[in-house]
Amino acid sequence: MAPSKNMSIKTAGTFEQIQEQLPALTEAISEMRETILANLVLLGEIPAPTFKEERRNKMLVNRFSEVGLLNTAMDEKDNGFGVLEGSEGEGNILVLAHTDTVFSEKTDHTLSVKPDVVTGPGVADNTLGLAAIASLPDILNKLDIELKNDLILMGSTKSLGRGDIEGLRFFLANNEHPIKAGICVEGVQFGRLSHMSIGMLRGEIVCRIPAEYDWTSFGDSSAILTINEVINKINDIPLPKRPRSSIVLGKMEGGADFNKRATTAKLGFEIRSESGSVVDEIGYRLEEAVAEVASKTGDYLNLDIFAKRQPGGIEFSHPLVRCARQILKECEVNPRYEPSTSELSGFIDYDIPALTVGVSSGKNLQMEDEFINIDPMYKGLAQLVAIILAVDGGHCNEH
Amino acid sequence: MEGTAMNIEKWLEENTYHHSDFWDLKKLIQRKEEQGLTISLCIPTLNEEETIGKEVVLFKSELVNRYPLLDEIAVIDSGSEDKTLEVASTFGADTYLASDILPDLEQKKGKGENLWKAIYQLKGDIIVYVDADIKNIHPRFVYGLVAPLIYREEIKYVKAFYDRPLAVSDTVRPSGGGRVTEILIRPLFSLFYPELTAIIQPLSGEYAVRRDVLQEIPFPIGYGVETSHLIDVYSKHGLGAFAQTDLDKRVHRNQSTQALGRMAFGLLQSFLTRAGDQNVVEVKQAYNTILRQFQARKEKYEQLEHEIHEDERPPMIDIPEYRKKFNVD
Repeated sequence: MAPSKNMSIKTAGTFEQIQEQLPALTEAISEMRETILANLVLLGEIPAPTFKEERRNKMLVNRFSEVGLLNTAMDEKDNGFGVLEGSEGEGNILVLAHTDTVFSEKTDHTLSVKPDVVTGPGVADNTLGLAAIASLPDILNKLDIELKNDLILMGSTKSLGRGDIEGLRFFLANNEHPIKAGICVEGVQFGRLSHMSIGMLRGEIVCRIPAEYDWTSFGDSSAILTINEVINKINDIPLPKRPRSSIVLGKMEGGADFNKRATTAKLGFEIRSESGSVVDEIGYRLEEAVAEVASKTGDYLNLDIFAKRQPGGIEFSHPLVRCARQILKECEVNPRYEPSTSELSGFIDYDIPALTVGVSSGKNLQMEDEFINIDPMYKGLAQLVAIILAVDGGHCNEH
Repeated sequence: MEGTAMNIEKWLEENTYHHSDFWDLKKLIQRKEEQGLTISLCIPTLNEEETIGKEVVLFKSELVNRYPLLDEIAVIDSGSEDKTLEVASTFGADTYLASDILPDLEQKKGKGENLWKAIYQLKGDIIVYVDADIKNIHPRFVYGLVAPLIYREEIKYVKAFYDRPLAVSDTVRPSGGGRVTEILIRPLFSLFYPELTAIIQPLSGEYAVRRDVLQEIPFPIGYGVETSHLIDVYSKHGLGAFAQTDLDKRVHRNQSTQALGRMAFGLLQSFLTRAGDQNVVEVKQAYNTILRQFQARKEKYEQLEHEIHEDERPPMIDIPEYRKKFNVD
């Protein structure tokens, strides 16, 4: 590795001292623009749909090896790891980003780099998060930061959709090293601060009708119409105002052509609530709705629930949340407290204090012209480094 | 002819690489430093603001900062109307307008002009040229080309080729260049310079060359620059001076058949000039420099005239300013 001009950041000291160093951190990180953007491009141009993240994580692990991390690995779930050993090595801080994106291997993954934005499929969700993980060893090296705890950097797999955060769950179930805190990194939006997970049930309803033409149901024999009936029933399910609850109908596909009856249709949904029992209750109602429509139409309808989360997390007053809040304030960004249904839930299941933070701003998420803004990224990364320093310095421990 | 086939077979065996042969960049840098070599990257541009940013970012991060293989990254532009130079400069490339280099010479415009002026402007012992329109740009486009020059003193000119089948079986698969290569250049080389047919993609825009070779060859400023280089270097140094590296896949803009026709017209001019100078062929009349293509509008056919004149720059070593700058006696 080429020798770099290092600056010294105080790793020991008070939390206030960490806050005071944020402008210097931001400045130093902005000088590493090419390194961070190169990681973004090199990782982002490797397709990584859920369940096929191996190639992208191999690249991540290669990056870790190239910067001199001795402890790098991939596990049987294709999670990628690099460990920066701390001076005392008593505890571990796990910083991760999910590797997978919603885009298929067939999508053109070419990224375009302009002076102010980077555009391309998955660049915000979540290649920038992964590039942040890949760049952390270089950033900490340039800043001359040596942590007391071991820093485990992870590209986690099988996070989205049917993946159901399988990569992180596998790691936490089989990891023998005590994790002091978890930090989940998302590409966008900078200012996001998730410390709670809401209850969630995710699934898919599939309708199939026979391919033969049925003259008795002329004009209305269609899997799309049947799914439409299910949607009407779902809309009739009462939702409480408190605890806050919702049903997201997020994804739909069906049919083959304008002039052909749709023989299959699929509806993807997510039930969300602050209460686990409400999630269960809505789940039962939805199951009944599907069964009712199936019995009335005689069509084949299948309800497949493949992801579930229990609500939980750490309190607003937890020192980890407080530190992150103050760091964002120092960055002159108003924190947005969004409940999460992603990796954070994995930590909650193991009572590990954890947060989700964002790195930059961006738009057109999960579209092929998704983009991130380059300039806010430096503060977003400085925020991440400051949180790591705060955890490492013991400022985020519960007393 | 048997000798030609054997030469080609031997050359393919010994001088054809895959970029993965050079994965160990630390070792490559060490060999470069032991020899005290300097390497310059030249990216010739004309309206490439969409792709130039990524190219500069990747090369700067990976081959300047992380592995110091490149001593300079220069973008030499033909007068873009978009923000090519601004974007390249933002990410740390040295940017030049070709017309600002050696400004006292008669102005000419073309990609070959930019490549030629790079010899004067850049300082490297090796100059590597990479086109700016590569969508899947990667550091291998540079290290795959300069590595044979670093590891083998006798190699003078390394050419890229791209060959990445989706699956490899025991059966034979065709390997070669694009349409112009297979329909024009390879047949011409087979007729007059059979050993040069070993170069799988003679027209690829990515190659690395030693300065002492570059400065001695003339440069067509248009389409013919690559073909002309191969003939000149071959004539002076033989096939053994070349190597070629497979850089896997190259994703770029596709050109229309009409555009390829214009390219072939320019290439033929350069080829015939070279072959004529070397008494390989005899051209008895001056060339026409107008290519006519046709388009139909309803029942009427219209001719489109393209004036394509393959102008040429002399060897850089003949330019007094160059001799002065590089202390050539």
